[in-house]
Amino acid sequence: MRKSFMPFAPRLIAILILSLSGLAARAELVIEITKGVGQRTPVAIVPFGWEGSDAGAPLDVARVIAADLERSGRFDAIDEKDMLQKPTTGVEVDFDDWAILGVEAVVVGKLTQTGDNAYSLQFQLFDVFKRQQLVGYRMPASRGTMRIAAHRAADMIYEKLTGIPGVFGTQVAYVTSKGQDRDKTYTLVVSDADGENENTIMESRDPIMSPAWSPDSRRLAYVSFEGNQSSIFVQTLRTGNRVKVSSLPGINGSPAFSPDGRKLVLTLGGVDGNLDIHILDLSTRELTRLTTNRSIDTEGSWSPDGRQIYFTSDRSGGPQIYRIGINGGDPERITFEGSYNARPRLSPDGSKLALVHLDRGNYRIGVLDMARKELLIVSTGNQDESPSFAPNSDSLIYATRQGRNGVLETVSADGLVRSRLASGQSDVREPVWSPFPRY
Amino acid sequence: MKISNWVLAAFLALGLAACSKNTIPDPDTTSDGSMVGGNDASTGGYGSDGMGAGESFGDEMATDDEMAMVIYFDFDESELRPEYTDLLARHATHLANNPRVNARLEGHADERGSREYNIGLGERRSQTVRRMLLIQGASANQISTVSFGEERPAAFGSDEESYTLNRRVEIKYTQ
Repeated sequence: MRKSFMPFAPRLIAILILSLSGLAARAELVIEITKGVGQRTPVAIVPFGWEGSDAGAPLDVARVIAADLERSGRFDAIDEKDMLQKPTTGVEVDFDDWAILGVEAVVVGKLTQTGDNAYSLQFQLFDVFKRQQLVGYRMPASRGTMRIAAHRAADMIYEKLTGIPGVFGTQVAYVTSKGQDRDKTYTLVVSDADGENENTIMESRDPIMSPAWSPDSRRLAYVSFEGNQSSIFVQTLRTGNRVKVSSLPGINGSPAFSPDGRKLVLTLGGVDGNLDIHILDLSTRELTRLTTNRSIDTEGSWSPDGRQIYFTSDRSGGPQIYRIGINGGDPERITFEGSYNARPRLSPDGSKLALVHLDRGNYRIGVLDMARKELLIVSTGNQDESPSFAPNSDSLIYATRQGRNGVLETVSADGLVRSRLASGQSDVREPVWSPFPRY
Repeated sequence: MKISNWVLAAFLALGLAACSKNTIPDPDTTSDGSMVGGNDASTGGYGSDGMGAGESFGDEMATDDEMAMVIYFDFDESELRPEYTDLLARHATHLANNPRVNARLEGHADERGSREYNIGLGERRSQTVRRMLLIQGASANQISTVSFGEERPAAFGSDEESYTLNRRVEIKYTQ
């Protein structure tokens, strides 16, 4: 039944695909995957009640919550027609009716209209076996913020049930291209994490690359090739205003915000084309060069404490991951497995490093356990790229191919649960997951 | 100016008739050739205070038949193939004889691997061409480089044939 939720996505269609075949090379994991699939927790998200003067509720809140929980791969939302009762408040819940269905948790709630464009969304989450409420919450919403409110409810439910903060209320930025061959239009898009609510941030006839979120989610840095020159812009999302922060001769690329949002790490090539890692202070415009090697040094990203930069360098021959302190010094090599490791991105908790790894002829997403130094391949395509961690460090988004088009997939950091955000018409790539929203 | 272009075109046409993969150069001397910036991109805001999303508009971009010259590279290579030595010597001579002519070297990579690293690979190829032009008489202030990495492929398949056509440097004359 989970597919029945999906046609409501206008352009991006989320399809849950559980990956068994892709990880078959690591035989010991196949059993765990099978187990993981069987362990999807059955829950019931009862259709929300509606009290108001509008003809009907502005949003099917229960459907949004159920779709979020199912997309996580950890829950099965039971079908509405199987429900023996449809309570909208906690006092109406008959736990026996839910225990009989094998449901472990029940969510009930209702929407109440409080004004012309003002609503109150309330919900309660119950543990069926303990017969107790785990969380109850009420929040205001307008028609414009109703979907965000539903995602926020799903985040609270998910965290209560798993102990992991939910990321349904987050956003994703990505780049699309439309059109034939050389007659292309490139678009920088921000959507909700479920692919809904797409907003065009910037559109150009020239390529757009490497979007990066500011830590407060209010700005995006990106590379644009307007005028056949690469430049780095920082754009404020709400106003659309942007500032060109780097447009030196040669390459200006690979921007990433520091954890305090005051600096960018970026790649400059200069007239001689020697790509090196630099740090730009956004307020003073002071530029500090971190690497000087004649190799390609690029794709810098910050450690969560802001003290180190992880980057790609081919100083040893092929591309490998290195790290260097923000005050310079000798870079330390991080990856040794395989001939190609690139595009490092640390998880926000610092425990894992996502990268692009050449795996027997296929470019795939690898997750390096920073403590154990073990590399786990978590994607199954042959042109997978641009991994980006969710702010809860529990899953990643990356770009892969479907025929000639790029599509986005998310995967849990253990590689067990995968879902696809498929685009109907355009080529989608370079996804970056936003930080946690600030409500 | 016009005459020098015709001379160059004729010169290269004679010299390169046997080289089937390369189009005959027709140097792009339109005055807006390198100045499409500023009016081919638009931004949009969103959010409760946001303006509506903008719409795209722009100048005509260069098309294949306006391409000055294309130099192809082997897999994972930025070294020049010997067959291009004479060609680059002619470009260098043209630049040396026409100090007001500028050349933009656009480096490209095939689609495999990480996008920003591929920007680096494309730039490395541009720099190989740049060094050859400088050694043979072109002036440093005549030459600029840009790398599009895998972002602007010439061929659109995911196969060796397309990859071969995409590992390239395009020379674009501007004035």
